[in-house]
Amino acid sequence: MRFFLSFPKKWDVFYNTFVNHNGYKEVLTGLQNTLIIAVLGLLIGIVIGTVIAAVKVIPPYKRVTRFFQRIGDIYVAFFRGTPMVVQLLLGYYVLFPMLGINMPVINVCVTIFGLNSGAYISEIMRGGINSVDPGQMEAGRALGLSFFSTMMLIVIPQAIKNILPTLGNEFITLVKETSIVGFVGATDICVAFRYIGTNNYEFMVPYLVMALIYIVLVLIITLLIRLMERRLKRNERNA
Amino acid sequence: MNETLNERVPVLQVRNLRKHYGSNQVLRGITETIYEGEKVAIIGPSGGGKSTFLRCLNCMEDPTSGSIIFDGEDIADMKVDINLHREHIGMVFQSFNLFNNKTVLENIMLAPVTLRTKKLRKKKLQKFFGKKDIVIDTTVEQIKAEAKETAMRLLKRIGLEEKADVYPSTLSGGQKQRIAIIRALAMNPKVMLFDEPTSALDPEMVGEVLDLIRQLGNEGMTMIIVTHEMGFAREIADRIFFISDGIISEQGTPTEFFDHPKNPRTVEFLSKVL
Ligand SMILES: Nc1ncnc2c1ncn2[C@@H]1O[C@H](COP(=O)(O)OP(=O)(O)OP(=O)(O)O)[C@@H](O)[C@H]1O
Ligand SMILES: [Mg+2]
Repeated sequence: MRFFLSFPKKWDVFYNTFVNHNGYKEVLTGLQNTLIIAVLGLLIGIVIGTVIAAVKVIPPYKRVTRFFQRIGDIYVAFFRGTPMVVQLLLGYYVLFPMLGINMPVINVCVTIFGLNSGAYISEIMRGGINSVDPGQMEAGRALGLSFFSTMMLIVIPQAIKNILPTLGNEFITLVKETSIVGFVGATDICVAFRYIGTNNYEFMVPYLVMALIYIVLVLIITLLIRLMERRLKRNERNA
Repeated sequence: MNETLNERVPVLQVRNLRKHYGSNQVLRGITETIYEGEKVAIIGPSGGGKSTFLRCLNCMEDPTSGSIIFDGEDIADMKVDINLHREHIGMVFQSFNLFNNKTVLENIMLAPVTLRTKKLRKKKLQKFFGKKDIVIDTTVEQIKAEAKETAMRLLKRIGLEEKADVYPSTLSGGQKQRIAIIRALAMNPKVMLFDEPTSALDPEMVGEVLDLIRQLGNEGMTMIIVTHEMGFAREIADRIFFISDGIISEQGTPTEFFDHPKNPRTVEFLSKVL
């Protein structure tokens, strides 16, 4: 019966739930969680990814170096080789309970997203590091700076500049991937709109609006990245 | 001649230096001493091992065997902290290698500030953990101020003080190389290594870079220069090393070397380049 409601009618149903039945509160919470998980996940991912990538490019003379490089490989293989939903479920229902860690579901999501994007970003970062002229590392080392100082002060800043567009894509992927956190009971945009839809079993408008919100988010991020790139380029030209 | 040799202070003592890449023996036993204030030019055919020799001197390439005595320590020994010694061995590259993400001033200040701050932190930590006799005689601000003063003085010396705040991408090759040279100078090195410092330059910029190197030489800096500029080598060097096939196959003063070469290999090489 409801399936045959006209669009204006459907819109009214949605609007009513959104405004009068706390729908907007759910959506705001969902939006907030989505952004928190994606942003913090990205930041954690950058830190983890940078460490893995930096270790990976150390000349492998010493046994400890090779040992840590191997650990990095296994880490990356695991997180790239399993779906993020699986990682989330494993983390929430198996790993954290096993370790006796009891934290809010959002924190679990942030942690898993960070660990996961760390694996992807390590590969991106390694490409970025390899794209930097090896002469930069040589110059730093010749001045007496350590491998890690040169890496952090000279090579990685240049690498990040080179991979900014790719990092942006990773961020967009993370934003979209947050739609799976409902699996462990966290509220994201997806869960919020499902709630609104379920209120009257009228899903068309809520889900269309949901899609629209994702698109707008992605467009805003794309724009921000482009602005950042332009700023960085200008920085090196004059001043 | 021998009496004067004995009075001179050795800066780098190379003993039976060998470098192999797999089965490729690039350096096949080089024994040589470089004395304080000496200017050595290294010439020789392409692939002979000139760059490899130079890069072994500050262990940018780890020697396969042999020893390099610098500051009383064998820096070819993997156990010594090579970073501490590299602070006193300046190196200038063919491709300049200025840090692209730093301004000119930052390029010059980066290593002095980073390394001195690190040492200061270490001292503070030691004092904190009970070593009462450690004196902290400086602050991070002071380190930065001093480094900046040195950097600006050096920039002024080469007439590029107005370039202090620009990024390297805006500079000409000659400017880049001169800044790379003073960046190394800012560390107060005991010896400077140059690997073909003018080979990547447009001809009209070679002069300004050679002038600066010449000035340093006149001020008494110990220098080892790999170069293809025969005229410059002849003019500036106290000794010429001819490196081919991984050994110093002939050496001598510029006059001996260029006017009376003994080794047929040298004669052949000189006949091609002169
Ligand atoms: N990293 C490396 N791995 C393997 N072989 C190397 C490496 N570096 C140098 N070689 C080899 O060592 C030999 C000597 O090289 P080197 O760069 O020291 O010569 P060069 O005298 O500086 O020549 P040029 O005048 O062309 O600069 C060459 O045959 C080169 O192929
Ligand atoms: Mg060379």
